[in-house]
Amino acid sequence: MDRRKFLSGSAGSAAEAQKRSYFTNALLTDAEGRRFKFYDDLMRGKIVVVNMMYANCQGICPAVTSNLKRVQQGLKGRIGVDTFMYSITIKPEQDSPEALRGFSRMHHAAGLTGWQFLTGDPDEIETIRFRLFRWDHPGLDNDVDQHTGMLFLYNDNLSRTCKTPALGSVRSILETVSWMDPVPVQAERTRRDAAKLVEKLNREAAWARGEKWARGAVAVARR
Amino acid sequence: MPRKKGEGKSGKEKSGVTRRGVLKMGVAAGGITLLTSTKSFRTHFETVANAQGTTTDCLVNPGQSPPTTPFVQALPIPPVKQQTNAQQMSPAPTKHANITGGEAPRADHQRWEEFPPVIYYDLDVRPALHRFHPELPMTPIWGFDGIVPGPTFVARQGQPILVRFRNNLPAGHAGSGGWGIEQTTVHLHNGHTASESDGFAGNFFNPGSFYDNHYPNVLAGYDAFPATNGDPREAMYTLWYHDHRQEFTAPNSYRGLAGMYLMRDDKDPGNEVAGGPDSLHLPSGYGLWEIPLILSSKTFCPDGQLFGGPPGGAPPNGDKFCVNGVIQPYLEVKRRKYRFRMVNTGPARIWNLTLDPNLGMKVIATDGNLLEHPIDITTLNIGVAERYDFVVDFSQAQVGDHIYLRNSQAMFVGGGAPNPLPPNVQNIVMEFRVTGNAQDHSEVPSTLCEYPPLPTEAEIAGTRIWNFDLVNGVFVVNGQIFDAERSDAQVQKGTAERWILRSALPAAGWVHPVHIHFEEFRVLSRGLPTELGGPGPQPPPPLETGRKDTIQLRGRDQVELVMRFRDFTGKYLIHCHNMAHEDNVMMVRWDIVDGGGGQQTSSANFIPNPNFRKGDVA
Repeated sequence: MDRRKFLSGSAGSAAEAQKRSYFTNALLTDAEGRRFKFYDDLMRGKIVVVNMMYANCQGICPAVTSNLKRVQQGLKGRIGVDTFMYSITIKPEQDSPEALRGFSRMHHAAGLTGWQFLTGDPDEIETIRFRLFRWDHPGLDNDVDQHTGMLFLYNDNLSRTCKTPALGSVRSILETVSWMDPVPVQAERTRRDAAKLVEKLNREAAWARGEKWARGAVAVARR
Repeated sequence: MPRKKGEGKSGKEKSGVTRRGVLKMGVAAGGITLLTSTKSFRTHFETVANAQGTTTDCLVNPGQSPPTTPFVQALPIPPVKQQTNAQQMSPAPTKHANITGGEAPRADHQRWEEFPPVIYYDLDVRPALHRFHPELPMTPIWGFDGIVPGPTFVARQGQPILVRFRNNLPAGHAGSGGWGIEQTTVHLHNGHTASESDGFAGNFFNPGSFYDNHYPNVLAGYDAFPATNGDPREAMYTLWYHDHRQEFTAPNSYRGLAGMYLMRDDKDPGNEVAGGPDSLHLPSGYGLWEIPLILSSKTFCPDGQLFGGPPGGAPPNGDKFCVNGVIQPYLEVKRRKYRFRMVNTGPARIWNLTLDPNLGMKVIATDGNLLEHPIDITTLNIGVAERYDFVVDFSQAQVGDHIYLRNSQAMFVGGGAPNPLPPNVQNIVMEFRVTGNAQDHSEVPSTLCEYPPLPTEAEIAGTRIWNFDLVNGVFVVNGQIFDAERSDAQVQKGTAERWILRSALPAAGWVHPVHIHFEEFRVLSRGLPTELGGPGPQPPPPLETGRKDTIQLRGRDQVELVMRFRDFTGKYLIHCHNMAHEDNVMMVRWDIVDGGGGQQTSSANFIPNPNFRKGDVA
């Protein structure tokens, strides 16, 4: 097979088969009870933002969900079109579609465009968790809680991927999602904003030099 | 592909490990953990391996690379980067980013008029084909000037240079196989470099544009010692340059974006025979008696192509040991002294290296900075981004001898691995063949340099604590998540600070080579305080007594440093140099500020020193 074709992520069936094998085609059910094949229906050809959660999580899940709501709003125009968000339960034994519906309603995240809460077979979800979120640190990877704080970002068309903290600032998450776009698209954005960007960087530099006019140019961590 | 029943593990097992359990689990031993239970971890990868079947392309970790015969190729020496005629630099470099001329956005060069570049370099960041071993096919890489590793810069202290990095990576990602991103920002590791030329992670630029990095090659303390081009005691010699693109440093560097950068001066002029009265006569001559050893480790697919990591995964630790871009090379040596200049370019592997037979190594520089006195060792432990310059005297060997450089440090490779690694041939890094005699005019003086005194109590503005932790699988420092747009600390230019790097991370497993940009530090102590359950601060081991820029922070560990911040302002980074961790944002932005740019008062993580007297620091 033509390696270049494979590498470019074109619809070559061998590449697709490998990705399907990697991500699995596990049957997942959303909060409305609809069923989807994980790779074919939810990943293929899309930009995705995936996190792991569970409905009665008292830890960071509510804060993450609230953050993701703002991410969903920030993706307006893209979300549901080419970009999709999935919150997959790590406790599928206890998270029925009804439980997920309850959770999403409680957090006012039910029925939002392009964002689904998903459950499925525990064993298959465990495999998805490993494939998307592992640290390659067996101790940490066996601990489900070590996978609830990150977002898995992926553009299937480019096979490009990275992970970013779900509790990062919404601006920072949206920027990281934008890196899933093809670089020519990003380059065009940079070209349009280049002069402004130079101005911003020079204002930052002036802030560091202590020049009064640049006060406030850099956000400073609250301590 | 549907998985067969019974390949996964039962639902019951999976919630059996709590974070507390993780903290207790295993025994820290360099880079590895000895695990009692890796069942689920392994199972999930074996499943993938089985699903792979006989296909030749690989998207998932093949686990083991194809076999290759060791020691069949000579160690290549990366070529020295040649300068470009200033008139040929088009458009001409400017202080202000030349956007219309194709330059990427950046802040104006600091001190541009003071340190005008006298040498110009034009460098292509581009894709190419590379052969890691004669028995493997050519495979796509990304290289500085299209080679792996990139060309070696040989700079001269006090001679400002400008390097134009042209991003000619394949826009549109064709041929990149899904890992890495065709944007870059280039960091000169340990350069005393202004922020806008420091390769800040967020300052990446696109294909089709260029970015001018201005390297003044001045020594730290320039403002206090302008006549000598900075404090002569702050001389540095072995640096390296590499991709630092936010979130993508591991794959981009693993693809090949790394190279060496050497600095010369009167003490180390690059010629062991000639040279002025100040010359130390260290074994010298790039590629002759002075050999770069640029370590990396890679994994290859069944068809011999470089494997870059599965979707969602970082590049693998790599089971193939590479030196200067080739797997297990040999080097013919004469019976005399050689200076090796070693850098570990990662992406994650930590090495524990011994010569067999053990001729010993005389370490003369740590992280590229000469030690005051050489230190004799028999085993060298080198974390990602660390550099060690050491001398081996092959006159102890006989013509015809074969001497092996062995690695004994195990890493996680999809599960447990024996530690130390068995002394088999796969775990040999390279071979030295003693082929004859040669004159040796070199010396290794017992005193190499004089260090600047540690900052006095009156010079230290305060103590800053950096507490590294992992919460819900997210790296946090002082409870904060990295944000390239947020300054987490403002350090006053012209002061010194005491920094405490503290790890609340699991004692088992990971060692974090933490790197601080801009100036080197001195280690004051190592060890978590007793009130935090540690052994209390202990004096640093001998190899950590020199000037360093990267320090191995173990789990439940603490390192206390002191460093100065001089000559430039702007944003810099402190981060774990395990590139996978760096990409998962185990990183902090901090800024050097001047005057009113953001005065920092007392906080939980900064304790001002009441005895600090402003203006005392040079």
